[in-house]
Amino acid sequence: MPDFIAQWLNQNDIFTAMTLMEYWDGLVTTVHLVFLSLVIGLLVAVPLAILRTVRNPFVSGPVWLYTYLFRGTPLLIQLYIIYYGVAQIPGIQDTFWWDIFKEPLYPALLAFTLNTAAYTTEIIRGAIAATPYGEIEAAKAYGMNWFLRLRRIVLPSAARRAVQAYSNEVIFMLHASAIASVVTIVDLTGAARNIYSRFYAPFDAFIFVALCYMALTFMLVFAFRKLENHLLRHQKPVSS
Amino acid sequence: MIDLKGYGPALAEGAVVTVELAFLSLALSITLGLLGASAKLSGNRFAHGVAATYTTLIRGVPDLVMMLLFYYGGQVMVNTLSDYLWYNHEIEFFFQFDPFISGVVTIGLIFGAYMTETFRGAFLAVESGQIEAARAYGFSRWHTFRRIMVPQMLRHALPGVGNNWQVLLKTTALVSIIGLTDMVRVAEEAAKAERMPFHFFIPVAAVYLALTAVTELFIKWLDKRANVGVVQGG
Repeated sequence: MPDFIAQWLNQNDIFTAMTLMEYWDGLVTTVHLVFLSLVIGLLVAVPLAILRTVRNPFVSGPVWLYTYLFRGTPLLIQLYIIYYGVAQIPGIQDTFWWDIFKEPLYPALLAFTLNTAAYTTEIIRGAIAATPYGEIEAAKAYGMNWFLRLRRIVLPSAARRAVQAYSNEVIFMLHASAIASVVTIVDLTGAARNIYSRFYAPFDAFIFVALCYMALTFMLVFAFRKLENHLLRHQKPVSS
Repeated sequence: MIDLKGYGPALAEGAVVTVELAFLSLALSITLGLLGASAKLSGNRFAHGVAATYTTLIRGVPDLVMMLLFYYGGQVMVNTLSDYLWYNHEIEFFFQFDPFISGVVTIGLIFGAYMTETFRGAFLAVESGQIEAARAYGFSRWHTFRRIMVPQMLRHALPGVGNNWQVLLKTTALVSIIGLTDMVRVAEEAAKAERMPFHFFIPVAAVYLALTAVTELFIKWLDKRANVGVVQGG
């Protein structure tokens, strides 16, 4: 460790190795929670988005209702309903589900996953609906069936159109995950709240954690810009 | 009707608090958004820098962290100021930094940043010929802004403002975390006391849905009005 950092660490009472470890553990929890909910949410959202574009209202209707409800209500309420609600399901405390859901991490994971899946479904649906019809006609002319068309033409081209909006959703999820601290999970915000109440130092505790979130956000923005450049390579002007 | 176990009036009061909070934050965010957009487009390097820093900082930090910072930090700042004034000037000055004010300030600041981007795009969408024409008529800068830019920019800004409003409304739920007795807070207390989470949270969720649905209709109506005289393509 460079000398000046060691010196700085020795001079202040708040950012000792111990509190920094607390922040680190919080960071790990936040990343863990956000990453898992985004991955599962995306896996759920792709089939739902495809169902949502089906013409039959009995298929697309329920998916629409799901996305409408989860996008129209605050994530905090969804979290409360799942966190407090699961324990009230009759008989759950006798099954193995209780061992999973009595940890606050899993209700939070479920709430975040359902929420992000709803937003992602709509993002992907929009991208699928915007597929140029000529591409589909061309695929039909080649004799591709529905599934092959979806796999080779519609989804890859929708993915390119969806990536920009999806990057916003990822950042939104990272920021929304701060409310996990409300249900006693010690994520980054939870660590900051603990440290605030121990030292009564709001500026140190919360500005430091804000900087952590900012660093995570800008890393994500950078990564998504790289990904976008990669996916949209074929649209770049030839000269550059 | 569902039996709310006597929490009905408290929930209704909470709903009023939520709506007040949302409208005050909206007013603050629109003001900040107009200021921010004007700063970004002013061509003044300093003003542009301030506005750009503001929008970047806000978009990097979660709303809850910001709210905690303003709520707890705001109180510490008031305390420090109050001590300073008393010891140096013998002026008595103190006020409790309550959750409502910190909620309005935080949500207003956060959505001010989003509104800045929305309004910036909308101002850019006004044809430059319109501004040149206004100058040619001898309109002052303020007059150009008030009579030419704002009426034409509103049409482009409305969809974005509508989206921001929907997100803003849902963000107000967070203020219950710092102790404001809005409807989420009342529902949480009731749910804990009665051990009936679904019973209290689902009606609250329904109120949020109703609020978004009603305001969406209102925004559609405004949009129609703002687009009078514009020939739609297709």
